Amino acid sequence: MNTSMKIYADNAATTKMSEASVRTMLYYMENQYGNPSSLYTIGQEAKEALEQARADVAAVINADPREILFTSGGSEADNQALLSAAEIGRKNGKMHIISTAFEHHAILHSLKRLEKQGFEVTLLPVHEDGIVIPSEVEAAIREDTCLVTVMYANNEIGTIQPVREIGAICRAHNVIFHTDAVQAVGHLPIDVKEENIDMLSASAHKFHGPKGVGFLYARKGVLLTNLIEGGAQERGKRGGTENVPGIMAMAAALKESAANMDRDAAHQKELRDRLIRGLSAIPHSALNGDAQQRLPGNVNFCFEGIEGESLLLLLDDRGISASSGSACTSGSLDPSHVLLAIGRVHDVAHGSLRLTIGEDITEEEVDYMIENIKDVVTYLRGFSPVWRDLESGKTPHIL
Amino acid sequence: MALYSEKVMDHFRNPRNVGVIENADGVGEVGNAKCGDIMKMYLKIDDDVITDVKFETFGCGSAIASSSMATELIKGKPVEEAMKLTNKAVAEALDGLPDYKMHCSVLAEEAIQAALEDYYKKNPQHK
Repeated sequence: MNTSMKIYADNAATTKMSEASVRTMLYYMENQYGNPSSLYTIGQEAKEALEQARADVAAVINADPREILFTSGGSEADNQALLSAAEIGRKNGKMHIISTAFEHHAILHSLKRLEKQGFEVTLLPVHEDGIVIPSEVEAAIREDTCLVTVMYANNEIGTIQPVREIGAICRAHNVIFHTDAVQAVGHLPIDVKEENIDMLSASAHKFHGPKGVGFLYARKGVLLTNLIEGGAQERGKRGGTENVPGIMAMAAALKESAANMDRDAAHQKELRDRLIRGLSAIPHSALNGDAQQRLPGNVNFCFEGIEGESLLLLLDDRGISASSGSACTSGSLDPSHVLLAIGRVHDVAHGSLRLTIGEDITEEEVDYMIENIKDVVTYLRGFSPVWRDLESGKTPHIL
Repeated sequence: MALYSEKVMDHFRNPRNVGVIENADGVGEVGNAKCGDIMKMYLKIDDDVITDVKFETFGCGSAIASSSMATELIKGKPVEEAMKLTNKAVAEALDGLPDYKMHCSVLAEEAIQAALEDYYKKNPQHK
């Protein structure tokens, strides 16, 4: 066995910064350290660079540069989007919000807070395939609905949501539509105008940019509420001196990701499907989420009779970095809310494995992963009392 | 800092006493798959001494390591002594467990007690 192989298969958690992104970041740290709010030359140069970055980011999603607000990342963008839409709703006496059961916690926990403030929240089911049904969104819309927030693609199971259809429905009903596109930006083509998206959140470190920076797109006319009060930065909607090196590096990374998107996605999809085929050969396993309507790099499986954390540790020993929706990896007793939302029972959800492959993944690496995952799953099942009961027929197989 | 101590990783990577004892004198199973941990202990007991012990575990790294360490701690010991094994002793022998993983050592203690209770039930004269 080739133990020297190192495969980073957790790109949904974070990505390695691209060379262009690192170079840009260093350049702005070393050379362009001016404060964009200062009136002298180096300040104004930083300001110009910042506005170029805003234009570059906007172009990737077909937004107007004035509609882009730089934030500290996806979570901040999600928080500000929901708070802002809720404030607009409150002013209009509309206190109902529609979302889904498998959103990121930046959304779900923000919704919990809004519920405490008197908002009513409807969480739509995401069904066995992990995809929201647009007609169910429409059916849930009420007179007092102020916001629909549905993620663009799920972070755990990678399923891509019918954003365009949901956007059209929301526009027809005059309801603000926000999408947490943290997993999608830089990986899928997005057009906020064509897709009728009013607000969108993104995070740089998911597309080979730095951590601690992201952006919120808010369509002209959607009034934002500040999370951070301060100076006049970001059109007064987010106080604090701009993270110029981070923002510039984000723009550099996004431009590159967008330019290579078609080529990268085709390559990733091919190897993603090879990985899915290989892992499907493991008995009593199942792919989580729709096989086709999913992110180019996402593979997520459940294996009956084993627990995810021990699987991850043994894969780590073999040079494979992956993640799991097991409770043991979260520090709670419940497995991933996403897996529960698609109907996986607890017993099975504990045995989940998420592999999110990068753009530079090779066939050899995929085959190495298949071989080693098979090996480790078989090994762990070998002394699992759950597996013994399943195999002896004492308890029925679910998968 | 690593998630687990070297000892935990050693017992996780190379678990001792893995397997099944056919016609065991005592068998105990604790935990449930819903919570993500199940341990099953098999004891071979001769003259009130644990002459062999095997385990099967469905669970995380610390659950497997706790099972392994617990079997090491009771192997060759009189049943009375094994009955006194605490989760703390298991955790200490592993050079500690993260706080949120302490329940794994509790399961190991409970699994051994369940197996011993099964033995006493089958052999009431020994109690």
